[in-house]
Amino acid sequence: MPDLLVLARRVLEQATTDEEVEVYVSHGRETSVRVFEGAIEQLETAESAGVGVRVISAGRQGFSYVGALDESAAKEALNEARDNARFATVDEHAGLASPDGVEPSVLDLWREELVSFPTDDRVALALELERRVRAGDSRIRQVVSSDYVDGYGEVAIATSRGIEVTDRQTGCYLFVHAVAGDGDDTQTGFGYSVGRAPLDLDLEAAAADAVDRATRLLGAKKARSAKLTAVLDRRVTATLLGILAGTLSGEEVVKGRSLFAGRIGEQVGVGELTLIDDPTNPLAYGASRHDAEGLACRCNSLIAGGELKGFLYDTYAGRLAGTASTGSAVRGGFRTTPGVGAQALALQPGTLDQAGIIAQVGEGFLVQSITGVHSGVNPVSGDFSVGAEGLMIRAGELAEPVREVTIASTIQRMLQHVVAVGSDVEWLPGPATGVTLAIGEIAMSGS
Amino acid sequence: MTLTDNSPADLVEAPVLERVLGEALRRGGDFAEIFAEDRSSSSIFLDDRKVEELSSGRDRGAGIRVIVGETTGFAHTADLSETGLLSAAQAAAAVAREGSGGVREVALARQPSEHQHVRMLPGTVRKSDKVDMLLRADDVSRSAGGAIVQVSAGYGDSRRRILVANSDGLLADDDRVRTRLFVTCVASGDGGLQTGFHSVAYTLGYEMFDEHPVEEVAEQAARRAITKLQARPAPSGVLPVVLKSGSGGILFHEACGHGLEADHILKDSSAYTGRIGQMVASPGVTLVDDGTLGPNWGSLVIDDEGRPTQRNVLIRDGVLTDYMWDYLRARKEGRTSSGNGRRQSYQDLPMVRMTNTFLLAGKEDPDEIVAQTPNGVYVAQLGGGQVNTATGDFVFGMTEAYLIENGRITEPLRNANLIGNGPDVLSKIDAIGNDFDMSPGTCGKDGQNVSVGCGQPTLRVTGVTIGGTASA
Repeated sequence: MPDLLVLARRVLEQATTDEEVEVYVSHGRETSVRVFEGAIEQLETAESAGVGVRVISAGRQGFSYVGALDESAAKEALNEARDNARFATVDEHAGLASPDGVEPSVLDLWREELVSFPTDDRVALALELERRVRAGDSRIRQVVSSDYVDGYGEVAIATSRGIEVTDRQTGCYLFVHAVAGDGDDTQTGFGYSVGRAPLDLDLEAAAADAVDRATRLLGAKKARSAKLTAVLDRRVTATLLGILAGTLSGEEVVKGRSLFAGRIGEQVGVGELTLIDDPTNPLAYGASRHDAEGLACRCNSLIAGGELKGFLYDTYAGRLAGTASTGSAVRGGFRTTPGVGAQALALQPGTLDQAGIIAQVGEGFLVQSITGVHSGVNPVSGDFSVGAEGLMIRAGELAEPVREVTIASTIQRMLQHVVAVGSDVEWLPGPATGVTLAIGEIAMSGS
Repeated sequence: MTLTDNSPADLVEAPVLERVLGEALRRGGDFAEIFAEDRSSSSIFLDDRKVEELSSGRDRGAGIRVIVGETTGFAHTADLSETGLLSAAQAAAAVAREGSGGVREVALARQPSEHQHVRMLPGTVRKSDKVDMLLRADDVSRSAGGAIVQVSAGYGDSRRRILVANSDGLLADDDRVRTRLFVTCVASGDGGLQTGFHSVAYTLGYEMFDEHPVEEVAEQAARRAITKLQARPAPSGVLPVVLKSGSGGILFHEACGHGLEADHILKDSSAYTGRIGQMVASPGVTLVDDGTLGPNWGSLVIDDEGRPTQRNVLIRDGVLTDYMWDYLRARKEGRTSSGNGRRQSYQDLPMVRMTNTFLLAGKEDPDEIVAQTPNGVYVAQLGGGQVNTATGDFVFGMTEAYLIENGRITEPLRNANLIGNGPDVLSKIDAIGNDFDMSPGTCGKDGQNVSVGCGQPTLRVTGVTIGGTASA
């Protein structure tokens, strides 16, 4: 396999003096094992690699990619990107990132032992996970899938503005999907554990989580409609933060598509609410030394003590808004151009764990999972309405399970009605960190 | 990149395919398959009055799977040379651990196939024409009224040339062209910002715009955003819901279709397992999956395992008649595939997927259905949704909806979710209209996205939970 940075430089050598060129080269390998009923169901090895080329010429941007690490095909992609640029609208703000002098954090996100982890050990982990879930409770009726997945990714970026960076990282996870049954009643639960290397994985926690989540919902019924305090489980909070991130994108703000536009300095939430996006924290799975344009990642303050502090910007959004990039460019691989995105959102933790918050809330609803997030949340108007299942909270303890209800509010109201932030931080895949979060004045629709 | 107009059959020569299949089975194994693909795509995105970007790309490669007993091994490569394919075949065959295969001769027989007929290949349309079309969308949306403060629009086309060969001797190819357009508008009023969305997407070339002019798409999106400026919060609670034709097919795709996919059935993770021959829906409800249905977004000549698509009746007059099958699941049950084996790309394993899934029209006048609904909600557009196939529980966003009061459609409602249970909703359909429409969607399953069509006549469900904030 060619060296990624060498390939990027070779393509970049073709750039002329009257154009800006960015070459993004990535390579990754993923191995996944799925077991079912004690045997391997699927064993996949997936290698993906390619080159994405962005050209900006006279204020016009064009892009093209090729799904191979092939020098001549990549040079052809450069020609195609040039041709595409001819047809874009002239945009004075178009441009590549300029080196801004910010030094990248020292982050070691690579674990060599993952790369050489034997296939038999991968299979053994998936089998053991399935076995423990099946043995975890007599009401576990099926383990639909038990997966072990690991992989690594390497990226090189070289641009005509003098950026030349490489990054690489490893990651792995266990994931299990369990179905519990009792009479005619069926419920499902997922459990997982994430790590940078196989030794980080907590197999027992993943198994116990799946069993607990599936069995504790057995017998769930629709609840009566009510206005109440919702206690969001850690993973639900991470999903909510991911939605919030969309409204804090500087590009959406400057284009008038965010409910937070023009509100910097305002008290948008309660005083306990502090939100940062910090990809320099090595514990975060969204951690990275550089963003997708090759600038150093940095810790950005978004909300502090309830006050709206700032937005996230990539180079283009920063120019539109008359400010600098916050190192927040993300991209979905070599096939797309960069855009603004959060990388490692985290709420400042509070002092109580989930049980403590449940006791404090007294009466309410523990939300175990939500569905319909993409259809039910509008980042422009702030309307929020999602499907939910979980357990009622009565007298400070978990009570009967509930299904097929919706919880609704607006993002604006939710931030003003935060009752408590938990101390139980969970590092998750994706751009946000999990923590228990209690929010009042939520409309639950049921029967 | 210039696309050569070679037939997809030329992606890999037949003798090479035969040798690679032989290699894949050398260590044992019951079945081997090569899926080769050459995909080119282009997209243009307009936002904030600017054509921000033209993008294009090309992916070529092959995925190889080997089935040994209950185990599937899979590997893929971007290298379509014989060396590249042989090495992928060996990686896929690693699951055949015992190594007792010996020499397997594979003789391929080409399956005759007629590719989709495309009048105007998007690759032959000038980029400047596509750009002008998007700029027109922006103009038309903005001319719908001063309340429109923002417009974004996207155009995309793709051409996938595929070749499938397997150790049963099958050799098939296809050439698929798809074109799509979407427009999103933001309107601003006293009640804040509201959005409106509309899209068209077909298994057609650029001639799609002859039937579906860009102006219509732009007007629809703008109208939706402006209408919602006057919208009141949606009610909260259980109400009768009338779904306009074409608006709610995705609900049946998600809430019922997924539960009828044989992979879920065989793992006993579907609410429909073991229910063939039983009443699972109201009388009059007939649910069909049909990959041959015209130029709809989910149409395919052959599926991604080389099998011709067909019309599959899943529920007939309320009675469950069959599930949907791919090669692997059909093989386990000793039957044939129903042409529902699909994959996102050569980098993915095929699995059971829907094509165009729809409820057949009934006899009632759609206006009468509304008139005979004293109070409820009229849904004119549903957004995305999600379903738990094991329980049938679903959630969908209403992106255009109105109150029904005294049998009349009255005020528009703000976006809110509908929540319910698929099997339950099917048995609560009490009126089926004589109209019909389809809409395009993207279906995600196990991380793979494929294009699907969804359709239904106007129909009424006696009670669905609406997740709004106002008291019902």
